[in-house]
Amino acid sequence: MIGTASNVMAAPANRITLRKTLVSCAVLAVALLLAIVLTSLIGSEPLPARASLCAIASLGTSTCGLSRDQFDILFQIRLPRILLAAAVGGSLATAGAGYQALLRNPLAEPYLLGISNGAAVGTMIALIFFGTNEWVRPVVAFTGALVATFAVYRLARGRAGATPERLILAGVIVTTFLSSVIVFVTTLMDATRIRSFTFWLLGDLSGTSKALLPVTIAITIAGALALTLHARSLNLLMLGERDAFDLGVEVGHVRIVVFLVASLLVGSSVAASGSVGYVGLVVPHLARLSLGSDNRISIPAAALGGALFVIVADTVARTIIAPRELPVGAITALIGAPLFIYLLKRSHG
Amino acid sequence: MLEAHEVSVSYEHRTAVANVSLTLKTGEITAIIGPNGAGKSSLLRALNGQIRHSSGSILLDGEPLERLNRRSISRRIAVVAQEAELRFPVTVLEFVLGGRFAWATNAGWGWETDRDLQVAQTVLQETELTELSGRLMNELSGGERQRALMARALATEAPILLLDEPTANLDLSHQATLLSLVRKRCDQQRASALVVTHDVNLAAQFADNILLMQHGKTVHSGTPEEVLKPHILQQVFEIRVLVDAHPVTGGPRVTPVHETYRHH
Repeated sequence: MIGTASNVMAAPANRITLRKTLVSCAVLAVALLLAIVLTSLIGSEPLPARASLCAIASLGTSTCGLSRDQFDILFQIRLPRILLAAAVGGSLATAGAGYQALLRNPLAEPYLLGISNGAAVGTMIALIFFGTNEWVRPVVAFTGALVATFAVYRLARGRAGATPERLILAGVIVTTFLSSVIVFVTTLMDATRIRSFTFWLLGDLSGTSKALLPVTIAITIAGALALTLHARSLNLLMLGERDAFDLGVEVGHVRIVVFLVASLLVGSSVAASGSVGYVGLVVPHLARLSLGSDNRISIPAAALGGALFVIVADTVARTIIAPRELPVGAITALIGAPLFIYLLKRSHG
Repeated sequence: MLEAHEVSVSYEHRTAVANVSLTLKTGEITAIIGPNGAGKSSLLRALNGQIRHSSGSILLDGEPLERLNRRSISRRIAVVAQEAELRFPVTVLEFVLGGRFAWATNAGWGWETDRDLQVAQTVLQETELTELSGRLMNELSGGERQRALMARALATEAPILLLDEPTANLDLSHQATLLSLVRKRCDQQRASALVVTHDVNLAAQFADNILLMQHGKTVHSGTPEEVLKPHILQQVFEIRVLVDAHPVTGGPRVTPVHETYRHH
């Protein structure tokens, strides 16, 4: 039957309204809150559910009968890690949604475009030159992400704009170039650090830094808000830069905002957890599939959904072969890579 | 009112438009015709501020175009360009509502107002797209998409319409409908329109003025009767043409005479 394939992909026929956006985001926020609480009970060290819930409800002011060790596991290890997972997921999904709208390309993703690698190189430089100062890391990672973003953008832009294939090729070039930089720097490290470093490169949340956690969360929320405020401009940019310009969008201004905000989001999340791949691809895609392509709903939904997605993926990563752990990036790539292939095939119509 | 005085547009190595002047008067349709590469589209894009003119001046309601911000230009100039490739699913209604972007205010938190919706419904009706408003753009035929582009331009309520080959994908009846819509805008809402077209006869029927361009320069401008003369067209298009009176309108009718043709 003609049109069946596209009907399956059809956006909801009804227009997106402010109320619909608020309701959808509220539902996702509640789900996120539930996920944070429930996954904190799961892990290699089982915690008593009722006492843990009571302690979380008291925001850590009461132990509710948990032992000292249990209390520390819950508040010093698990909850910070889960919150970091939420921030990283929210950041990467928001950045992905932003790149996709700006570059008019459903396949754009920080990891696949080499932007995560740019941030990783930045983080490594910070580790080598400012090893002890963890505040420098996100700043240099942000710079690395920004440089990689511009490199990909310049490489991909042809006379006819950036086609999906050209963009992905540019991403491959930047990724492989930066990978060799990473390998080069890694060989300069001592053997004991290489293993933990390889884990970090694949995306690993086990090294949660408590000092940076609030900053990472703040950047995620601020970045998601900033891109949501530009969502209507991005809706028009998705239809082409020329059209958007004709209709009144300050194209240059919006482009700079998206580049800066997305690079900041990727930089801060990579500095905290390495390159968690495919989140920026899977989550915005699911958001658009279920809620439509209007960025006013799909960006905030992707932010909340990304948080949810990485929390669940990390819970799997730290429990599936407990007491040993997998890097969370391995789980997200396992889900993301097949979806990427599916999307690539579909983009050829 | 949009005026261009001695406007030139240069790309890196060549001059696309050289010293062209024109004024879009209220209530009038101006057509730009000319061979491929004559600089028609470059001129149109310069008039909208999309490409910078290298010399001359472009005035919108008396103010230099480059001093105005994007939104205030977009509230006054609407463009119907060739369609871009759509990579994300968007419904016809959402697409047409894009035309309301320049009118968004902070009070509405960037969301469409009831008035925006009302305008969209009206133009969907005018372009006969009401029944398709919930459909996805990439499910439509080329002609339907072209009408959606027109609907979006009308939704801006801009008093100046710039149209680049607006009838390229349309069948005979929709060509007429679309240009009637432009005519109606010009007559009833005191708008003016500039149409870049390859269809000389369409220009003859709908335009008040014709600007004939070649190699970036104005070769002739004036009413269809003044411009569409055999020796002028022959020289510019390098093909023999017959010009006679249109049997219905009485205006000029252009028939190219090809060197090889079939006898009847």
